[in-house]
Amino acid sequence: MSSDKQKLLRKLQVADFALSEAVLFLDTHPSDEQALAYFHKQREGYDALYREYTEKFGPLRAFDNRSKTRWEWADGPWPWEYEANV
Amino acid sequence: MWQYDKKLAFPVKIKCTNPALAKLIITQLGGPDGEAGAALRYLSQRYSMPNAKVKAVLTDIGTEELAHIEMVSAIVSQLTRNLKVEDLAKGGFDAYYVDHTTGVYPVDATGNPFTAATFQSTGDPIADLHEDLAAEQKARLTYDNILRLADDPDVREPIKFLRARELVHFQRFGEALRITQESLDSKNFYAYNPAFDKRK
Repeated sequence: MSSDKQKLLRKLQVADFALSEAVLFLDTHPSDEQALAYFHKQREGYDALYREYTEKFGPLRAFDNRSKTRWEWADGPWPWEYEANV
Repeated sequence: MWQYDKKLAFPVKIKCTNPALAKLIITQLGGPDGEAGAALRYLSQRYSMPNAKVKAVLTDIGTEELAHIEMVSAIVSQLTRNLKVEDLAKGGFDAYYVDHTTGVYPVDATGNPFTAATFQSTGDPIADLHEDLAAEQKARLTYDNILRLADDPDVREPIKFLRARELVHFQRFGEALRITQESLDSKNFYAYNPAFDKRK
């Protein structure tokens, strides 16, 4: 796997983590304006990374399969494999 | 419903085969305080929660536990990658191997298969949320025990990530319990089941 793909995947994992943390916090603090602003700020970064990753390296969700001529979703390596993480 | 994201929550890239360690870590997949039990506990308990915020907490933490099932499975799978026949008996992996080869099957560290008998869904929000707080502590201490036994930094990094998540979940469940208790009838001094008992 290319190092460009790994670098982008790492950034996406970091952005996903920040969003997921904000989600859990907001579940029990839904009126926290600062947390909600943080969520929206992180969401912008996540969306940009998500778009860049799926355009360059294929779908993250089955519904994202962009190609009209090939079913890229079923391509390996899958996330739990060593090769998908290096 | 759910959709699968084709990425791990945290990278797992283990270079060195170590079946003895796989046999220990697999308990966090199928053991009494493992991620499979956690996911099923929280996702099952949602249905009797009276408070919408608490339903959100159980849904989102339960979903995160599904991603942790995948991480623990990835660790176990990569620790038995390229396993040589002469290494099978190391650390007692041979007993697992004879039933499952190097497939991933949810068992505890001594080989007992996953069972829902290790958790409850009582239909009582106060009882369930107390169990959830205990469950997060038990999962955290199991990861601490694993960290005492694991030297390989490739293994320790994802385990430390999973351990840290238990702390955050404990915090959120504490808030969920407080939210539930605050919305009880003020005469419900002994916090009996707010989902089932009706009181005028």
